[in-house]
Amino acid sequence: MADVLWLTVKLAGVTTVVLLVLATPLAWWLARSHAWWKEIIGAVVALPIVLPPTVLGFYLLLALGPNSPLMIPFQAVGVRTLAFTFEGLVIGSVIYSLPFAVQPIRNAFQAIGARPFEVAATLRASPLDAFFSVAVPLARPGFLVAAILTFAHTIGEFGVVLMLGGGIPGETEVLSIEIYKLVEALEWDKAHQLAGLLLAFAFAVMLSLMLIERRTGRLRP
Amino acid sequence: MSARRSVLAALFAGLAMVTSAASAIAAETRVAVAANFTEPAKEIAARFEAKTGHKATLSFGSSGQFFAQIANGAPFEVFLSADTERPQKAETDGLAMPGTRFTYATGRLVLWSKTPGLVDGRGAVLTKGAFQKIAIADPKAAPYGLAAVETMGKLGVYDRLSPKLVTGASITQTYQFIDTGAAELGFVALSQVVNHKEGSRWMVPASNHTPIEQQAVLLKTGADNAAAKAFLAFMKGPEAKAIIRRYGYEVR
Amino acid sequence: MSEKSGVIEATFKGRLGDFVLDVAIRTPAAGVTVLFGPSGCGKTTVLRCLAGLERLSGRLLVAGDVWQDAERFLPAHRRPVGYVFQEASLLAHLSVSRNLFFGFRRVQGARPVDLDQVVALLGLEPLLERGVSRLSGGERQRVAIGRALLSQPRLLLMDEPLASLDGERKAEVLPYLDRLHSELAIPIIYVTHDPVEAARLGDRMIRLIDGRAGDAFDLRQGATDSHLAARFGEIGPDAMLSELRGAGIPDELARLTISALETGLPPWPRVERSPRN
Repeated sequence: MADVLWLTVKLAGVTTVVLLVLATPLAWWLARSHAWWKEIIGAVVALPIVLPPTVLGFYLLLALGPNSPLMIPFQAVGVRTLAFTFEGLVIGSVIYSLPFAVQPIRNAFQAIGARPFEVAATLRASPLDAFFSVAVPLARPGFLVAAILTFAHTIGEFGVVLMLGGGIPGETEVLSIEIYKLVEALEWDKAHQLAGLLLAFAFAVMLSLMLIERRTGRLRP
Repeated sequence: MSARRSVLAALFAGLAMVTSAASAIAAETRVAVAANFTEPAKEIAARFEAKTGHKATLSFGSSGQFFAQIANGAPFEVFLSADTERPQKAETDGLAMPGTRFTYATGRLVLWSKTPGLVDGRGAVLTKGAFQKIAIADPKAAPYGLAAVETMGKLGVYDRLSPKLVTGASITQTYQFIDTGAAELGFVALSQVVNHKEGSRWMVPASNHTPIEQQAVLLKTGADNAAAKAFLAFMKGPEAKAIIRRYGYEVR
Repeated sequence: MSEKSGVIEATFKGRLGDFVLDVAIRTPAAGVTVLFGPSGCGKTTVLRCLAGLERLSGRLLVAGDVWQDAERFLPAHRRPVGYVFQEASLLAHLSVSRNLFFGFRRVQGARPVDLDQVVALLGLEPLLERGVSRLSGGERQRVAIGRALLSQPRLLLMDEPLASLDGERKAEVLPYLDRLHSELAIPIIYVTHDPVEAARLGDRMIRLIDGRAGDAFDLRQGATDSHLAARFGEIGPDAMLSELRGAGIPDELARLTISALETGLPPWPRVERSPRN
């Protein structure tokens, strides 16, 4: 049970970090670009919200399976498939939670407006410099929301893991799957316990994140 | 005046007869069907409707899920499980009508691969181990999974193969893993691959595992439903049995 | 004194939305040049083009350096320009001193304008330890000016810096602007629609109407005429106006003179001017 919990937390943590890194430039582009096809990309990014997770998981199974063209570079180094691996789950989780990370960060960037960047430019900051010294600090609340949502969303993730996981202990056997299996096996008491543990843990994490934000927010000048 | 009245009366009587006859003829019943029995169940339901006029509405899923739903008031009237455990529990928990439980099919386990030539006719591929992933259904949830584990144990290959095991939450999922190639081979129900021409397979001799007896039961919700009772009776009849056998199950 | 001051030559031509700009400006790179005109005439646009915040086709030459021409466009962050916006626009996530140093830290090479000088010039001492959100409008604007100065600009652009302040705050900041102009050798281009500010702070004025610029008027023309105040007291504004017009003084210059006289501000020169210009 402890392994399962640790794996679940690990998956949520790794996914959150990876997604924050990936979502930020995407959110930045969506916030600032004037390309006419910008909203098409925006809609594609939002797709995982409407796709049933099992459907998403199924397509991921195909995409990460041994017959997929995407796997060719991996096969060159001896990796047959990313299905049933922790790394495969991370990829699945990143896609599953993509809109939950991109949207808050994009909104935060948009809320900054143009003026602070003009100020930074007249104060000798190059666009890259301004991104790190102005955009990122001012968008902090967006990053925090993105992190919280991604983490929570991944902890509760089921459909994608179901399709892609294979229930391998230590690699893909996460809490949500374990609870499902216990219900299947008619071990309802254990299922209740595990579900309670999951809820309590997720609640504790989110509460601490919100408290941290309150405290550090107040320390700002 | 009275002539018209008698015509009206006749009309109403006729209408009443027709509707009551119709309700006697066109009753409906809801059946929960274990996923591995999907294809045969569809055929049986079609023949059932053609023969009796009753309609059987089928839902497919895992037996564990169905049990949980039934225990919480789901409106299923007939339960076709993949095992014996859940129908037994339904009876002891008072969810099913006593005396209605019976084995409707005995499943056959198959070691199957989409790759032709991978699985030989005697299952030696298991000892050779020339593959990275082998899929089974979750033994705690599906009897086919349990049978797979028993078979591997009997052949003395379980410990060696367990690092390569991939568990599907249901037998359908297990099949998906193999069908997409994510697992090179795996243990599925014969009914899932009985009509497949491609690939390679080993029919696991039934002596290798506990018999996969699939039982059906009439639930309390269907106690007064003529269609429900008729469906179960049809399942025991020769027509249904022929269909069941055609899909690779054994029926007594 | 410094022969190197040179000239600012700017031509910008183009369209922004419904607005069409077509200006040609030539002014010494020294002292205060006022861009004057009603709202919507394009003066902010010109300022933004000078800063590189807006890109219209044209040419910009600043004291011998080409900042823009047909082949080149120096981006805003590479121009040694200071910009004071109408609303102070301090960076909310930074303290007052971090705001002040934002540009300073990024300047390579010599940094002759230093913190002490700027603090003294703008009276920023009591503000240094305060949080940005605790400043009044006038204080914010002074910090913004200080911040722009500390970025070692060779040209200071000010876009109606007093417009968003009420009367009291305006009066608070004006003396600092006076000093700016007298104590620093940095040329300033100052946008305003207020004739009083123009009269008080400017050395010369360029009038903008509907995206086109007129010639530069030397605002100190009337400086040599010491009879002005006395005469004004005698005959009053209307008669004064027709007299000035009759003397061949351009219309808006005449009006500016009258406003300055009306508000009781001393006619130019207002502050002791060092012969830097």
